Amino acid sequence: MSRDKRLTFKKRLHIIKHQMRGKKMAPAFNAFHTFLFAPDETTHNGSHVRAADDLKRTMNTVIMSLIPILIFSMFNTGYQHFAAIDAAAGVSRELSLFGNFFTFENFWLGLTLVLPIVIVSYGVGLLIEFIFAVIKGHEVEEGYLVTGMLVPLIVPVDTPLWMLAVAIVFGVVIGKEVFGGTGMNILNPALTIRAFLFFAYPTWMSGDKVWVHQAMERTGTADAISGETILGYLAQNNSVEGVYSISDMFFGFIPGSIGETSAFLCLLGGLFLVFSKIASWRIMVSAVIGALAMGLIFNGIADAGIISESSNFYGLMSFDFWQHLIVGGLAFGIVFMATDPVTGSQTNRGKWIYGFLIGLLSVMIRVFNPAYPEGVFLAILLMNVFAPTIDHYVIRGNVRRRMKRRKQARIYAPTAAAEELEAETV
Amino acid sequence: MPNFLVNYYDRKALSSIFDAKFSNPNGYLMSTDIRIKKGLHINLVGAAELTNSKAVLSNVYAFNLNDFHGMTPKMLVKEGAEVKAGEPIFYNKDIPEMQFVSPVSGEIAAIERGARRRILMIKILADKEQSQVQHEKIDHLSANAEEIKSFLLKTGCWPFIKQRPYDFIANPETTPKSIFISAYTTAPLAADLDYVLQGKEKALQAAVTALGKLTPGDVHVSIGKKGNSPMAQLSGAKIHKVSGPHPAGLVGTQINKIDPINKGELVWTLSPQDLVIIGECLLSGIFNPERLIALVGSAVKNPKYFTTKIGAEIATFLYGSGVNIKRFRVINGDVLTGLRSKQDGHLGFYNNTVSCIPEGDDYEFFGWNKPVFNKVSATRALTFSWMQPKKKFDLDTNTNGEHRAFVVTGMYEKVFPLDIYPLQLLKACMVKDLDEMEQLGLYEVIPEDFSLTEFVCISKQPHQQIIREGLDLLHQEIG
Repeated sequence: MSRDKRLTFKKRLHIIKHQMRGKKMAPAFNAFHTFLFAPDETTHNGSHVRAADDLKRTMNTVIMSLIPILIFSMFNTGYQHFAAIDAAAGVSRELSLFGNFFTFENFWLGLTLVLPIVIVSYGVGLLIEFIFAVIKGHEVEEGYLVTGMLVPLIVPVDTPLWMLAVAIVFGVVIGKEVFGGTGMNILNPALTIRAFLFFAYPTWMSGDKVWVHQAMERTGTADAISGETILGYLAQNNSVEGVYSISDMFFGFIPGSIGETSAFLCLLGGLFLVFSKIASWRIMVSAVIGALAMGLIFNGIADAGIISESSNFYGLMSFDFWQHLIVGGLAFGIVFMATDPVTGSQTNRGKWIYGFLIGLLSVMIRVFNPAYPEGVFLAILLMNVFAPTIDHYVIRGNVRRRMKRRKQARIYAPTAAAEELEAETV
Repeated sequence: MPNFLVNYYDRKALSSIFDAKFSNPNGYLMSTDIRIKKGLHINLVGAAELTNSKAVLSNVYAFNLNDFHGMTPKMLVKEGAEVKAGEPIFYNKDIPEMQFVSPVSGEIAAIERGARRRILMIKILADKEQSQVQHEKIDHLSANAEEIKSFLLKTGCWPFIKQRPYDFIANPETTPKSIFISAYTTAPLAADLDYVLQGKEKALQAAVTALGKLTPGDVHVSIGKKGNSPMAQLSGAKIHKVSGPHPAGLVGTQINKIDPINKGELVWTLSPQDLVIIGECLLSGIFNPERLIALVGSAVKNPKYFTTKIGAEIATFLYGSGVNIKRFRVINGDVLTGLRSKQDGHLGFYNNTVSCIPEGDDYEFFGWNKPVFNKVSATRALTFSWMQPKKKFDLDTNTNGEHRAFVVTGMYEKVFPLDIYPLQLLKACMVKDLDEMEQLGLYEVIPEDFSLTEFVCISKQPHQQIIREGLDLLHQEIG
């Protein structure tokens, strides 16, 4: 019975699809149709059989790796809010996983704060994608499925929704659609959105108040709470020792952008993406190496006494090099942003260079940026711009090898090309 | 003599042979191993059982002109004319000495034309009593290159020789730097060459000896490392033992590993079964288009081998072995590179495999996100073919997704063993950047080299078509 119903539903959609063919709204209908049913398209010539994966499946895999982070972030949002209130009231709080972290209270607060952001992110972003698909008459491409999930995870929890909407419009239109849509963009759209928020609304997006729910609103009142991130502490030359333990930082029980805090979940997500062969392990590994290298250099400078303890940069420079990986957005950026195949380096050798420089620059900007002690998104955006150049030189290497081989080769057929080669060698 | 001294003298002897080889290409036999690591073995249902049946005699034979890309045919006979087997029926307009001969004696039944009167198909109604054109035999051992060339052109054997770059029929006025023959098949369900070449050693040897005279370089023959190829003992050829997953068996992969093509160079390639026809023709003076072909695929009830002739109706052997389903696709060739045909179509000029697989024109509920156990995938994104390395899959012609822009990177490199950047070359072809196409190595490849990248492509781009169009453009602009 139910099977028959589904068949008729399938058939009905098939008929509508053919009625819609050539009409303006066809891409919009097809987007919903292909969401429900994998299409009935067949191959023509060339490879008559195709592998099981398509872009939807690929994007879906990335989203799956982000789901644990999203859920964790809801708990953490609530937890950080209540912890800050306790701290302001002078009540000391001991973290206990099932005592005061995974509680319904935390989750509910997080849900009510994070879910609207997710809805706005997908709503606005997909709306623009649909509009562009209809105007340009192409299918709705799946690029935004991941962007729409990344955006909520990299913004502060109290970001006003209208601000987010404006940023998404900017990011999707200027960051992606003007270049031709999914697959054509130069900058990572999610990071473009983040950068737009940062540069357009700096008072909202930086400082020590935005990272915990209500920290901003309560400023100056009797109920004031702190909303500082670890990097913020360090930038002011305060030590985090005694405030946050290593395990807090690693597992993510710290303030920060909604989804960036847990290096542990980023690690799991990264492992899943590498295992499923969706994301490039080369970028991840080299970025970690790059970050460690820069951290070591800074540690060396601090240890050698080249800068004084009163220097503005001392706090961040003397921060243990490997701990850079577990605070701020570095882990999240490396796993989910740097590995974006469209904006990253596209050659295997290029990926090593690209990832290494991302790690290096992230830590460098983090230490030297006075306004906002986080550098990952800027480093990745910068390297997005340089990725085609890196690829260019890697590919030139291949071309040079081919040219050299040709010069050494003995050419049997005296064609025009051979004569041209003679002329070149002479 | 102590061991190290033997090695020393061997090496010395070897290097002197090496110097001599250009003057005497047929002088010695050397074997090298090629191991391919990058690739993907696609294990499908419906491999042909190693038994040979004789196909029912076909009434109609046909030339499908799509088999000869880039060749403009000019008819020698009119509709209704009577021809003998081996009699030329059309020739290449640009190279008149390149003739195509009838596989059977009979009447030219139809010359089907398409847009702008382009010839699409030539059909020949076979006579009951077959009569053959008997050519004057030549002694292939003593004949020189010119004599061999004119013999091959006259007898209609020439079109079996393909050239790179461009994947056209070789131009008889040119000289290739070397000739490559792959007797190792890795394509899914493709005919097992070790089986079909059994007992053909004499013909193969004759053909290889003759072809060796057409190049100052070597004749390279690749055989499977584990197999028992009748070609292993050929003299006058360099034998390479190849192992690894598909595309290790593609001649393009082997060329790239053995002696890559540079700009301005020509390489000829042949398939071993065509060598048999050439060899038999050299020995007997008769063009015999008989061929052992594999009928494969999950749509076939009893997949097995058939003896038939080039251009025969596919129905003559398809229905003899029975079909499992009603809606299936007949492919002239293997499932990755073959040309689409029909149940009443004809065996192609070059192929020795006919694949029949189910059509996949149906929707699949939430096909993009549910776990997949019954399809092949190069990833592990909820696809589980990696857990079932021994399983035989029943793939249909569904694209498993819609056409998209290139997004994911690094996938093609995993299945593309050539020293070429596949994604960048495809993009260069798409934007018609001739310089870039040349520099990135378009001269070295033909569409079939991109069959596996097309298979794994997440964006469902038509790689082989892109490469074909790129080659055509390059040929048109540069020549």
